[in-house]
Amino acid sequence: MIASATQLAELGQRYSSALAGAAAQILVCAGPGCAASGSRRVFERVKEELHKRGSHVTVDYLLENGGSPCTGAVTLESGCQGFCQQGPLVRVEPAGVLYTKVRPEDVPELVDAVLEGAVVERLLYHEPETGRACPQEAEIPFYRTQVRIALENCGAIDPEDIRTYIARGGYQGLAKALAMDRTALVAEIKAAHLRGRGGGGFPTAAKWETAAAQEADEKYIICNGDEGDPGAFMDRSIMEGDPHSVLEGMLIAGYAVGAKEGYIYVRAEYPLAVKRLQKAVCDAREWGFLGQNILGSSFSFDISLKRGAGAFVCGEETALIASIEGQRGMPRPKPPFPAAAGLWGKPTVINNVETLANVPRILRRGADWFRKVGTEKSPGTKTFALAGDVANTGLVEVPMGLTLREIVYGIGGGLRSGSVLKAVQIGGPSGGCLPAELLDIPLDFDSLQSAGAMVGSGGLVVMSEKTCMVEVARFFMQFIQHESCGKCTFCREGTLQMLEILERITRGEGRLEDIDLLKELGQAIKQGSLCGLGKSAPNPVLSTLEYFHSEYVAHIVDKRCPAGVCTALRRYHIVPERCRGCSRCAKACPAGAISGTVGKPYTISQEKCVRCGACVENCKFQAIEVTA
Amino acid sequence: MLEVTNRILARHKKAPSSLIPVLQELQDEFRYLPKECLTTVAHALGISPATVYGVATFYAQFSLEPKGKYVIRVCDGTACHVRGSSPLYQAICRRLQLENGRATSANGLFTVETVACLGACVLAPVAMINDQVYGQLTPEAMNIILDELEKEDEARDRICNTAS
Repeated sequence: MIASATQLAELGQRYSSALAGAAAQILVCAGPGCAASGSRRVFERVKEELHKRGSHVTVDYLLENGGSPCTGAVTLESGCQGFCQQGPLVRVEPAGVLYTKVRPEDVPELVDAVLEGAVVERLLYHEPETGRACPQEAEIPFYRTQVRIALENCGAIDPEDIRTYIARGGYQGLAKALAMDRTALVAEIKAAHLRGRGGGGFPTAAKWETAAAQEADEKYIICNGDEGDPGAFMDRSIMEGDPHSVLEGMLIAGYAVGAKEGYIYVRAEYPLAVKRLQKAVCDAREWGFLGQNILGSSFSFDISLKRGAGAFVCGEETALIASIEGQRGMPRPKPPFPAAAGLWGKPTVINNVETLANVPRILRRGADWFRKVGTEKSPGTKTFALAGDVANTGLVEVPMGLTLREIVYGIGGGLRSGSVLKAVQIGGPSGGCLPAELLDIPLDFDSLQSAGAMVGSGGLVVMSEKTCMVEVARFFMQFIQHESCGKCTFCREGTLQMLEILERITRGEGRLEDIDLLKELGQAIKQGSLCGLGKSAPNPVLSTLEYFHSEYVAHIVDKRCPAGVCTALRRYHIVPERCRGCSRCAKACPAGAISGTVGKPYTISQEKCVRCGACVENCKFQAIEVTA
Repeated sequence: MLEVTNRILARHKKAPSSLIPVLQELQDEFRYLPKECLTTVAHALGISPATVYGVATFYAQFSLEPKGKYVIRVCDGTACHVRGSSPLYQAICRRLQLENGRATSANGLFTVETVACLGACVLAPVAMINDQVYGQLTPEAMNIILDELEKEDEARDRICNTAS
């Protein structure tokens, strides 16, 4: 139990110097990317090899040792370190060395080097153009322009050990907040001009101010962790990699508005986030950060976890509230806004995970510091999930206002070899597809809005010439149509109509007037829908229509898919010179479209072909050619 | 079944807000929501069976049909989609001979579904089989994984049969 701010500060100091007592910290990334590439075995091996050399020290040992230098190294499983493309990642501190693509068999050499203070060159990141090795993480182009505020601790602490959070100043933002007057606290967030990182960029302080001004016996804080946008995993990384920062943000919000209870609503597909948050809540209770009279103040607060059940619309705040109440997740009209009447009709502040993770850092370092990062109207940073056809995929955090070009080419290292950039999809199904010509647009809430896209939650999918933009529009429309809750007619029926039109265009059955029809439907859905899901549903279609008009025309007029993606427009041919007549393709064909005699070239009947591609998968001689 | 339902209900507050957590635990337990349990849940929480049914059919996580032992969730998020999740999904359906929208294989071993995003975009295309995530998949790689799961299952059956 920590009973005062002074005690917390002392403890933070003590933990930080105790951890610094180890000869090295070996942080093995256990983020979703690295975990799937086998980081767990790497972590086990590091422990094993340290043990073998008698050099394995634990956090407990270091604390007992009180910070006096020892020769052993401590190893921790951290949250996402960001550079997922190069995983499994291993970071060595305090040297600041980042090892990439570490396999269990590399570990003995790595451990030896760490203990000797040396570096294993072959495991370092090598710049692709020059072949130069980057011993320091900070030298790697992927990290060079990044600024970490929300992700400050992600990859630097053990998310399941609260002491490693406290060692890095954890809960000191809360301590500072509790020493402030509530009005001054809200004023500080207002001065920082923190805007919601979940999509719209609504000023956080405005929500807090409204809720604080309400007279009510109960008020609630909800953390929106229902990150449903396809192509986004930033909130997941924060919840899994630094769960206490979310709790601390909620506590500060709770104190600011006078709430005693909070809920974290986590998406069903993130079981690890649920587990880590659960542990964080238990630990926070045990240490006295949750419960009665927190840090010796008169403030009491507790947090419960709610698992989502698989509905994208629950990311919308009023739908999320309905879901916590046990109902179907359907949005309701606003006003009243949740800050006035939310959960069970009581004033409720709903903030997104990343927004909340920024709060303790603003408190600790001050609004002025925060405003120095980013742009005037969108201060601070934004995390993005960089994925798709880009060379370096991963989790990035950059100052607001950086251009798309700097992210795609600077951090992302450009396209995967041999590909040409066609578009960047930003903001998921609510966002839009921006063409290469708009790469110099600064990434902030307002600039993107004016280009017909939005920051959204921060999914950033890079698309190459091999992507069909009409198909992408169809894909998002299918998603939205499926996820529409059905309440508003325009969203329910309109998205179905748009989907059907897009489907017939991708089948080569489109008509030229479909383009105007899509635009008209899009405008109507925007106007006639209640919530953000419906209002933004046409964005991917409208933005592709604006920037990739010619692709629609190619599908409609020429019956051709320039990217060669739309299956109905594809043609499969067997190249006689390459075909050995092995009959594998004919056996694999579900439509019986392939015929011939064994030993002689086979042929595909275009009438019978269902264009499934099974023949290509089964051909050992690359004898089947696909034309768009 | 009733016993399990009551055991789960006993862990929750008897209020409408417990509905989703109760259904989630039932789904975890049975791999689907048996109809008879839903009425019990409705009575216990003081809400109408229609409301329970409404909630159970609203959320994608709940299923009123039994699911396979292995639930294969092919990610169809943006990144996976542009990197070939549809051919992967179709290849699995072909392999398991799933036609006309059927999602569960005839032997009840596998259920295939798509999911909006698993948040492992950097490894696209991705699929999750029960709780295990597989990245950078191809139809060929998936075939190998399914072969192994089938073999494992057969082996387990053999052991169980010999034991009995």
